[in-house]
Amino acid sequence: MNDMTPDRDDRSANLKGMGCSRKRVEDVRFTQGKGNYVDDVKLPGMLHGDFVRSPYAHARIKSINTEAAMALDGVVAVLTAEDLAPLNLHWMPTLAGDKQMVLADGKVLFQGQEVAFVVARDRYVAADAVELVEVDYEELPVLVDPFEALQSDVVLREDLEPGADGAHGPRKHHNHIFLWEAGDEATTNQVLENAEVVAEETMYYHRTHPCPLETCGSVASMDKVNGKLTLWGTFQAPHVVRTVASLLSGIEEHNIRVISPDIGGGFGNKVGVYPGYVCSIVASIVTGKPVKWIEDRMENLMSTAFARDYWMTGRISATKEGKITGLHCHVTADHGAFDACADPTKYPAGFMNICTGSYDIPVAYLGVDGVYTNKAPGGVSYRCSFRVTEAVYFIERMIEVLAIELNMDAAELRRINFIKKEQFPYKAALGWEYDSGDYHTAWDKALKTVEYDALRREQAERIEAFKRGETRKLMGIGLSFFTEIVGAGPVKNCDILGMGMFDSCEIRIHPTGSAIARLGTISQGQGHATTFAQILASETGIPADSITIEEGDTDTAPYGLGTYGSRSTPVAGAATALAGRKIRAKAQMIAAYLLEVHDDDVEFDVDRFVVKGAPERFKTMKEIAYAAYNQAIPGVEPGLEAVSYYDPPNMTYPFGAYVCVMDIDVDTGVPEIRRFYALDDCGTRINPMIIEGQVHGGLTEALAVALGQEIAYDDLGNVKTGTLMDFFLPTAWETPNYETDHTVTPSPHHPIGAKGVGESPHVGGVPCFSNAVQDAFRAFGLRHTHMPHDHWRIWKTANDLGLHG
Amino acid sequence: MIPAAFEYHRPADMADVIALLEEHGDDARVMAGGHSLIPMMKLRMAEIPHLIDLQDVAGLKGITVADGRVTLGAMVTQHELIQHQGLADAAPILREAALVIADPQVRYMGTVGGNVANGDPGNDMPGLMQCLDAEFTLVGPDGERTVSARDFCEAAYMTEREDEEVLTAISFDAPAGGYAYEKQKRKIGDYATAAAAVILQKDGGTCTAASIAMTNLSDVPVWSEAAGEALTGTTVDAAAVSAAVQAVLDDIDPVEDNRGPVAFKRHVAGIILTRAIQRAWDRA
Ligand SMILES: Cc1cc2nc3c(=O)[nH]c(=O)nc-3n(C[C@H](O)[C@H](O)[C@H](O)COP(=O)(O)OP(=O)(O)OC[C@H]3O[C@@H](n4cnc5c(N)ncnc54)[C@H](O)[C@@H]3O)c2cc1C
Repeated sequence: MNDMTPDRDDRSANLKGMGCSRKRVEDVRFTQGKGNYVDDVKLPGMLHGDFVRSPYAHARIKSINTEAAMALDGVVAVLTAEDLAPLNLHWMPTLAGDKQMVLADGKVLFQGQEVAFVVARDRYVAADAVELVEVDYEELPVLVDPFEALQSDVVLREDLEPGADGAHGPRKHHNHIFLWEAGDEATTNQVLENAEVVAEETMYYHRTHPCPLETCGSVASMDKVNGKLTLWGTFQAPHVVRTVASLLSGIEEHNIRVISPDIGGGFGNKVGVYPGYVCSIVASIVTGKPVKWIEDRMENLMSTAFARDYWMTGRISATKEGKITGLHCHVTADHGAFDACADPTKYPAGFMNICTGSYDIPVAYLGVDGVYTNKAPGGVSYRCSFRVTEAVYFIERMIEVLAIELNMDAAELRRINFIKKEQFPYKAALGWEYDSGDYHTAWDKALKTVEYDALRREQAERIEAFKRGETRKLMGIGLSFFTEIVGAGPVKNCDILGMGMFDSCEIRIHPTGSAIARLGTISQGQGHATTFAQILASETGIPADSITIEEGDTDTAPYGLGTYGSRSTPVAGAATALAGRKIRAKAQMIAAYLLEVHDDDVEFDVDRFVVKGAPERFKTMKEIAYAAYNQAIPGVEPGLEAVSYYDPPNMTYPFGAYVCVMDIDVDTGVPEIRRFYALDDCGTRINPMIIEGQVHGGLTEALAVALGQEIAYDDLGNVKTGTLMDFFLPTAWETPNYETDHTVTPSPHHPIGAKGVGESPHVGGVPCFSNAVQDAFRAFGLRHTHMPHDHWRIWKTANDLGLHG
Repeated sequence: MIPAAFEYHRPADMADVIALLEEHGDDARVMAGGHSLIPMMKLRMAEIPHLIDLQDVAGLKGITVADGRVTLGAMVTQHELIQHQGLADAAPILREAALVIADPQVRYMGTVGGNVANGDPGNDMPGLMQCLDAEFTLVGPDGERTVSARDFCEAAYMTEREDEEVLTAISFDAPAGGYAYEKQKRKIGDYATAAAAVILQKDGGTCTAASIAMTNLSDVPVWSEAAGEALTGTTVDAAAVSAAVQAVLDDIDPVEDNRGPVAFKRHVAGIILTRAIQRAWDRA
């Protein structure tokens, strides 16, 4: 018997548990074109919806004439705000405590705003009918600049009672939304006033868009016979959508089934609730037929949630030696026409208060003013936890500016200010408690790998050669060190629309020893079906290949808050591990019974329980699973199932050290990335291959944002970047080679020590690319220039510095 | 991104194409690769009630190189321009230019005829054809005629071609000397911020002939005779190059767009041209 037992390592490898680069099980269907996305949902008799959208950024609607559209063969209905008003669905609550028009109610506030919803027999007829709806607009003055909006007499939101408080406290002006503060302003100002050195800078983090490959959409099907509504959609948080849909429509929650099928990328774009979802539901209720709404690329870019649009002003103080003493940050946040940011309720500026970064800064203050303008609503966290990309960009630019002020090397300035390993758990000046970190080790490893000193010498030589006229290319060395705050979050301070941000996992082990597990999260490409099975394999001893992972159907999956903010592994991953441990605990009792020993006399060994001191006596998980269903075991219920709802005690704080080497053609403004090194510490690593994939993807989106991707408006509020010709979405062609590396500092409070990684590369990547561009010009007197660093803006930087002779 | 309704025609010979064009007038367009036309229809910037697919029309395909003369059928794809060895030997500048047009998917579909007939100032082929001094063959109700590439473009989307005419072929003498097609773009699949087509002939150390055309820097391609003259008879030294650049800058008239403001485009145009001249001269 003993001879037959496979070696422990072989049994372990067979499980494909944590730490192994298991191939993604999802890819079999994705690479064969067999995914099942919302637009693949086709129901008998299904109708198609399309929007009439506003061509103006600010206008009063004098009339809407739907006659010609209704007369078109195949048109079933044309809905306007007037039709939705009796149901009280012409407005809807936003995730940020504001409300938003579902269909234009008397006026429009941004270009592309939904004015009327046409429902027709097919998609083509719907598109033709949209052209036939006549809307009479009276143009109003347009505000696209938040600073101007705060001075202007023009009232954007006439629906809000003048002088009344908003969801986040007093409003200073009719176009003001909130002031959100953290830290100690008086002490911070005092420290800054008395400091030896102060650096000050204002930086604009431009407006951009997550732009997932699949745009947003939904299919609503109201069954009038049984009173049930089924809603398929591109939802990053299906359960929250169910609850909101119930509250809005009055349909009882058990009569609503929300299904997120395969999702073709989200990056924050699919967290919000959009008018299209509401209109498809109403249209299905009105017509009694299933109604599909799928937005096109231009609609996606111009109307569903944008990201960033933060004007950030910082002051940072230090001693002459470079020890940072204080930080002051003020943000003017352009939220567009409605405050539809997707943040936990108590954090209208997200976790912007992580802006002290990876540094031991004794005192700090943050104030964020939210402002209405005539731009699309949104303000989601595009591949980052809530506003963390903004925070990290801010501090990593401030460090560079301070280094210039101190005439110091920026790598060294970082090193002398890092929070030290022994300071963790570290209480930051703006409130967060960092769980674990070892920044110096990561930084030293990064700098050593890229041969930092040699790079600086090469750069110095390049500058001399440039001055002698021997080259027209400058070299930039971009540095960034980031700390993320992910895994929202503890129910005591994190909720969305009142729902605590826990997450969940439910496992059923089948009699033959395979299993299904369902979670409250939903993969949009992260590979949950692969990695969560790996966690369970390690925890329960059932091979990952024998475990099905299912998400996204609210009728079957346990309640959860969904996937964004790198929360799946920190929260649902923890729930999964704990549910696995419950299975194991019961399995231990069964094994002990079968082996006729006391519970404490057996121990878990990879895929089985063995009698302590007698390894030849064991029961495999397969045997135990079978016994759970076919034997009467005294004092033990039949079956082998477990549920865990996990309320995390704290956030997790992944970190990383990135270096980018770039050559810049001063005459054309074209940057060329020579090298990109990314060291990530995400705690325990579940699947190194998936981590690497996430890092590549996040860095590529960082490159996009830093080097050109933006949603730009002209003075009249027209979107200038409405198609992929002008909105930069990098392909393999523009993507450089990435070198990835890691250190491992587990989270002390997470059951498996994992911290999350999907968003880190984006958070750390944006400042790294941007710093590389800016560093190239540092020797010529540049302090700061705004992103995106596209060709003409880089060229302008060079031009303004007199480098074109 | 859904086009208005249209009728789809797929004639097999040119007579039928022309009959359809005569019948429907401005309501009809021929379609080659569809990679300029279909996007315009989907954006509803063009409503084309009658779409006439040229795919099955005989006699519009093929590349021939004979007696120093190159002839391209209008329906030759940009991909075929890249693949054809005889063409690469006779006129390598076509391959160099085609490789910086759009992306492989677009180039499999997009044709050389569609590219020049389109009349979009962003298209790369019209400028290149002006540099090559190509001739376009047009067939219409009154038979066949040829138009010089240098006379073809009138304004953005306006060409010498009459509504009922079809472009059937492009021909030019295989160019002698050095060549370069230089293009700056923001990303793959982008039209030029600035592009330059340059052909130079060298005898001893002297430039004996020069042809220079610029793309996307005006509402039509700019073939700058003065720029060519600035190089001819010189050793293509720094002074000559800057005279050529100056001549081009006098001829172009770029507009601001998302690629950047006018000052930037003018500066980049000069840089791109300088590089193209340098490379062509090295190859001459
Ligand atoms: C993403 C993208 C990027 C692109 N980037 C570039 C680029 O960088 N550079 C570039 O040059 N092009 C670019 N293009 C355009 C591409 O090269 C097109 O294929 C080309 O412009 C048109 O060729 P076509 O065969 O597709 O013509 P179609 O789209 O079929 O036709 C274009 C126009 O020409 C007319 N036409 C076509 N053939 C004839 C004919 N034989 N006689 C008379 N009229 C005719 C049509 O009626 C129509 O008005 C890009 C296109 C896309 C989609």
